[in-house]
Amino acid sequence: MKLLVCVSKTPDTTAKIAFKDNNSAFEEDGVQFIMNPYDEWYALVRALEVKEAVGGSVTIINVGPAANDTIIRKGLAIGADSAVRIDANPQSAMFVARQIAEYAKGEDFDAIFVGKETIDHNGSEVGAMVAELLDQPYISFANHLELDGKVATISREIEGGVEVAELEVPFVLSAAKGLAEQRIPNMRGIMMAKRKPLKVVPPTAFEDQAVVVSYELPPAKAAVKMVDPENLDELVRLLHEEAKVI
Amino acid sequence: MPDHQANGVKSAREDRFQGHDYYNIDALLSDDHLLARDAVRNWVKQEVSPIIEDYSNRAECPYHLFKGLAEIGAFGPSLPEEYGGGGMDEIAYGIIMQELERGYSGVRSMASVQGSLVMYPIYRFGSEEQRRKYLPKLASGEMIGCFGLTEPDHGSNPNGMITNIKEDGDHYILNGAKMWITNSPVADVAVVWAKDEEGIVRGVIVEKDMPGFSAPEIHGKWSLRASITGELVFEDVRVPKANILPKVKGLKGPLSCLSKARYGIAWGAIGAAMDCYDSALRYSQERIQFGKPIGQFQLTQKKLAEMITEITKAQLLAWRLGTLANEGKATPAQISMAKRNNVHMALEIARESRQIHGGMGSTNEYPVMRHMMNLETVLTYEGTHDVHLLITGLDITGLNAFS
Repeated sequence: MKLLVCVSKTPDTTAKIAFKDNNSAFEEDGVQFIMNPYDEWYALVRALEVKEAVGGSVTIINVGPAANDTIIRKGLAIGADSAVRIDANPQSAMFVARQIAEYAKGEDFDAIFVGKETIDHNGSEVGAMVAELLDQPYISFANHLELDGKVATISREIEGGVEVAELEVPFVLSAAKGLAEQRIPNMRGIMMAKRKPLKVVPPTAFEDQAVVVSYELPPAKAAVKMVDPENLDELVRLLHEEAKVI
Repeated sequence: MPDHQANGVKSAREDRFQGHDYYNIDALLSDDHLLARDAVRNWVKQEVSPIIEDYSNRAECPYHLFKGLAEIGAFGPSLPEEYGGGGMDEIAYGIIMQELERGYSGVRSMASVQGSLVMYPIYRFGSEEQRRKYLPKLASGEMIGCFGLTEPDHGSNPNGMITNIKEDGDHYILNGAKMWITNSPVADVAVVWAKDEEGIVRGVIVEKDMPGFSAPEIHGKWSLRASITGELVFEDVRVPKANILPKVKGLKGPLSCLSKARYGIAWGAIGAAMDCYDSALRYSQERIQFGKPIGQFQLTQKKLAEMITEITKAQLLAWRLGTLANEGKATPAQISMAKRNNVHMALEIARESRQIHGGMGSTNEYPVMRHMMNLETVLTYEGTHDVHLLITGLDITGLNAFS
């Protein structure tokens, strides 16, 4: 199986979020970046498990600047065989999907794995766009994958149940919790990662049709009001007049 | 309902640790260092933090962690890959020790002993056969090792040791006893230092099933309770001559191992200190007294500000020492200074942090008192706080206060 895993860089979950340039861009200064957990914990690890079971290779791909090499190295340390970085600042999901599809066209991957979403923009768009651009089937939010030769059985949670699909390679899937379990890279893997190939590819020209105009932070949380347990009338009054929920 | 819960303070049972890097020392580290740090930090959060209070409370060693430590590559990370090591540099080794000790000093001890005190002497002073026989199994955790230097009557003065070997055909006959040996009751092999018939200190590899060798456990510790400690007792143990470490004679053998381990402790102590500071900083923002967070009081801020200042100094000391070690230039005296300073720093921070936590700091809801009790031991093991001072004294004056 020749597998491609798309990995994104996202701010650490504890990062303080701020914007710059008139709220039109994310302030990256002082922010710790990590590999998007859905890409790392589920998409990459499941791809590695498939490779370990049936042989083949796992390549990771990232669209981003040279600073992203750190998270790419982590993917190699966890076990990917090689990496490709499309050397561009990603502007939108469409831009990223175009670059990935363009690269994948010439490579004949049996399957392409993405995380179900990034934990920053939460777009859940790239996987579907890549599948469409490559004219391949797409299963989103996969939490179980079995492969029997060229036939894949993939489960995904739906409202109140589970949907099971059967399809042949090649396909694109987006990985949800449950598809695999997080792997921590070991020291040997970290050192081996330095010797694995990381190819840098120039981007394909593409003009975005939509641009982000501005970002806004959610409103600050109001202070908690403590109500004396004896004073239920006051609680009801506050819920009615201030919170306006009853 | 206890007061602290009413104030919305969450239990520290969930490991909410975040690293602290006030001087952006991360910028001095490579990607490998940062990857190694995050990997070990995650491993500690997953494997150590959820169980360590319980094991510590019951004074039981979490043996299963040996396997996990081997899997992440914490045993001998700076030894060459062909012997099962990680091929990493000394800073990476230090960072791994820092993260392990952030979780628990005894877990760091497991890795320090296996890597610096067992694998390192076999690698540095052993024959090629010994390297091939022991190192890969020690790296993979298939074998557990321990290190025997300290004796019941000879701690700070190892040269006074009475454990000895006498030649007998193709064997040595080993007699004597060693004390305060981390992991000895569960060890498969022991690197033991003993005097030969000429009074020269030699290293021998003793295997657990050799007749006359026993390793009783030491009970009743109030410190490093989840770490197993014992004795090594040798009664006419016949050790094949093939088990002597051929490439070293004299005390410099064991002392060079101790330099490696002390180097790791200088880093490890920063981990324990950061955990205590991290917990105190969070607690001071959550704990309300007199209508405001206690972090708003000047005396709490003094404690916290001094903590991060001392941690930052210790980080710079360790980083510089690691850079020297990578160049092969770190002297034993420089290592003594860092071990002494950083462990004392960590212990002081643990005590101050305990005060900030008030009564809660003495419970197992927070990691602080556990670190403090462990650090009380770390202060005197691998060379006492006082002896390291005298090593610095000797180094700067040229005058020996020991003799």
